[in-house]
Amino acid sequence: MTALTSSTPARTERQYHVSWADAGPFLALVALLVIGFLVNPDFLSATNLGNVVTRSAYVAIIAVGATFVISSGGLDLSVGSMVAFIAGITIMFMNMMAPSLGLWAIPAGMAMAVAAGLLCGLANGLIVTVGRIEPFIATLGTMGIFRALITYMTNGGTIPIDRSLREAYRPVYFGTLAGIPVPILISAVVASIGAFVLYKTKYGRKCAAVGANEDVARYSGISVIKTRTIAFVIQGVCVAVAAICYVPRLGAATPTTGVLWELQVITAVVIGGTALRGGKGHIWGTVAGAVILELIANLMVLSDFVSEYLVAAVQGVIIIIAMLVQRFSK
Amino acid sequence: MSLAMRFETDTGTLPARPERQAEPVLRAEGLSRKYGPVTVLSDVTLDILPGEIHAIIGENGAGKSTFMRLLSGYIEPTQGMLSMAGNRVRFTKPDQAQAAGIALVHQEILLAEALTVTDNLFLGRELTRGGLVDDKGMRHVAAAKLAEIGCAVSPTSLVRDISLADRQLVQIARALLDEHRLVIFDEPTAVLTGEEVERLLAIIFGLKSRGIAVLYISHRLDEVQRLADKVTVLRDGKMVGTYPGHSLSQFDMARLMVGRELAALYPQKRAVRTNQPMLSVRNARVPGYVQDVSFTVHKGEILGFAGMIGAGRTELFEGILGLRPANAAIELNGSPVHIRSQREAMDAGIGYLTEDRKGKGLLLQEELAPNLTLSALARFHPGLMVRRRSEAQALAQAVSSYDIRVKSLNVKAGQLSGGNQQKLLLAKVLLTEPSVVVIDEPTRGIDIANKAQIYAFIQELVAQGKACVVISSEMQELVGICDRIVVMREGRISGEVSGEAMTESNIALLATSERGHDVDPGGKL
Repeated sequence: MTALTSSTPARTERQYHVSWADAGPFLALVALLVIGFLVNPDFLSATNLGNVVTRSAYVAIIAVGATFVISSGGLDLSVGSMVAFIAGITIMFMNMMAPSLGLWAIPAGMAMAVAAGLLCGLANGLIVTVGRIEPFIATLGTMGIFRALITYMTNGGTIPIDRSLREAYRPVYFGTLAGIPVPILISAVVASIGAFVLYKTKYGRKCAAVGANEDVARYSGISVIKTRTIAFVIQGVCVAVAAICYVPRLGAATPTTGVLWELQVITAVVIGGTALRGGKGHIWGTVAGAVILELIANLMVLSDFVSEYLVAAVQGVIIIIAMLVQRFSK
Repeated sequence: MSLAMRFETDTGTLPARPERQAEPVLRAEGLSRKYGPVTVLSDVTLDILPGEIHAIIGENGAGKSTFMRLLSGYIEPTQGMLSMAGNRVRFTKPDQAQAAGIALVHQEILLAEALTVTDNLFLGRELTRGGLVDDKGMRHVAAAKLAEIGCAVSPTSLVRDISLADRQLVQIARALLDEHRLVIFDEPTAVLTGEEVERLLAIIFGLKSRGIAVLYISHRLDEVQRLADKVTVLRDGKMVGTYPGHSLSQFDMARLMVGRELAALYPQKRAVRTNQPMLSVRNARVPGYVQDVSFTVHKGEILGFAGMIGAGRTELFEGILGLRPANAAIELNGSPVHIRSQREAMDAGIGYLTEDRKGKGLLLQEELAPNLTLSALARFHPGLMVRRRSEAQALAQAVSSYDIRVKSLNVKAGQLSGGNQQKLLLAKVLLTEPSVVVIDEPTRGIDIANKAQIYAFIQELVAQGKACVVISSEMQELVGICDRIVVMREGRISGEVSGEAMTESNIALLATSERGHDVDPGGKL
């Protein structure tokens, strides 16, 4: 295009300004640490914090995927059941392969987990996009399906991992690398990859555009179906990674594995600053959100203010407050 | 219940008296409205007399809607006052204006589609009997009211099952249900066809004969000329003046609306049109909207598409460009192309600027750069990653090439004025380097200075050897910039005009009448 009117080129420097909304989750995190210290000085001990962050790793990993789904305008309620289902499949596969493959059954099982996550995510995605079913309903359905399948597979009991594999697999949850627990490292890697994809790649742009305004995306030549389906697939893979970290913790899958994780995951995303109606996603906010949830649960255990049996109630209150804040801060 | 229609004004005696002596139903004095530092309406003073049809005309953005919203209590004036029958009134909410006898017929159809006609008429003000909703009573009143305005739908039909024109009538019935002394019509004929317009005009004359004052907001000058006792012209938020209706020709009105800039608005036509077909469409069909449309646009040509709202122009192009299901044989530069999605249309070299800039064109919450490159991500960022550096350069380039006025390059698209948004959208589409550009309503809701610039840009495009299709509801605009104009009516092409025959009246005839060339032009106006 030739210059139709000539004028001095505008300045192209970019200012990076941090808004309160972006900084919110991190400020809340700091505030929680201070409160925790005041309640019980042991709270800030390296051991306790290490444990808390390690426990938050699964939710953080799954929530990174959920950030993509929610950012693209979807919602996935099936993540909790999907973790249990994939954990079950993975353990059964590893146990089956152990006699022939020996310890190689572990990486084979991990690959199996990722493949299963990919397919579960793809199924969710296609039901939502090609089937044009509301994400809420579609994933409510698959949530029931995955939960029933794990209950069926375990026959109502547990599927324990084969004794021969247990020791070798343990470090994936209990091990440390350079003093940092492995689950924390894995979630940091997952979050970094997620942030890279969401902020630096074309796919991330498309994802935010589809979530912000589906029509604008469509009129801009972006395939809404492809973009949303991929978001669900990313979610499935994240769930698989979380399942891989989860299996060595208890060494078994049970029908109650991952119960109510969808609440924690969606709460983490929302308090992390991603709007539930779609649009720009906040990966690091999501991670902070996951840690905040686990810190609160930990505080409830360490203090005697509120019974720890009320953890889910507190998380429910938090997501509602976070939604109210989003509504009224507009 | 105040729903029984009683008109205590001196209806019977009014027509006999000379007009001047009647107390105005509504008087606006020095009415102004600002949004922050921006004045959208300044110093409007006028009287509306009983039994008078007072038209407000002006271009898009002239302040007509703001004025209407001030009168009906949706917004409050920042300066000036309103009085009714000599008493000062202040409306802070629409119900207050309604209670004072001001009925507003909205431009958009605001009805609940899943409810019946009766339910809609009484929505929020249901008749009750002994504490229960009195369905029978409401149906009765609804039937009477519908009959009064000549609407044949049954009070028990669901709104989703009745035609657009009937919905408009239901909306009018709803407005007239309350006692009213002044009825405001905001662009009521936008969705109506010729015969339906006649029915509406008859309703309005009926109101007048009963001594009701009517404020008629429109940019359809032929209707205004037939209806109006007085015409008030607004331009750029200011009042140009109030004139006796019959003293103005349509040309006078257009001149007053546009002002001195009329001549300068459209660029000098340049003969860059060639005979080389660029985009040729045969037998396009869009189910429910368009039947069997064929046309060709040539290199260097600006082809206009005129027609009433609902004629299927937008749907035709959305169909051709893969945005809605359609069948068409498309040839681009002589070779057949198959387009199933907007992406394929862009890749083939056809760009489309939607008429719905805010809803489908731009991400209002996003900054300018991501908006600019959204259609051209693949072309613009080869490889996996987004290149912010080249994106920033492209934005700087677009801002200067298209004269997009921004305070900073980091603002969000929603913060730009309508004109600047439109220029950003144009830049966005042109970033995909199309050889054919389809522009739907190029200047809707933007001011005159920006309009002139957009017209110049369109001309620049064809001068570069592109082909351009302009869809517009403003006939004057099409006549001003196009080489040739295709007119559509009810999903078909009803005619084509070019050269000397390219006049607003010829287009209007083709757009509204069954067989345009058979109708006597004198009888229509």
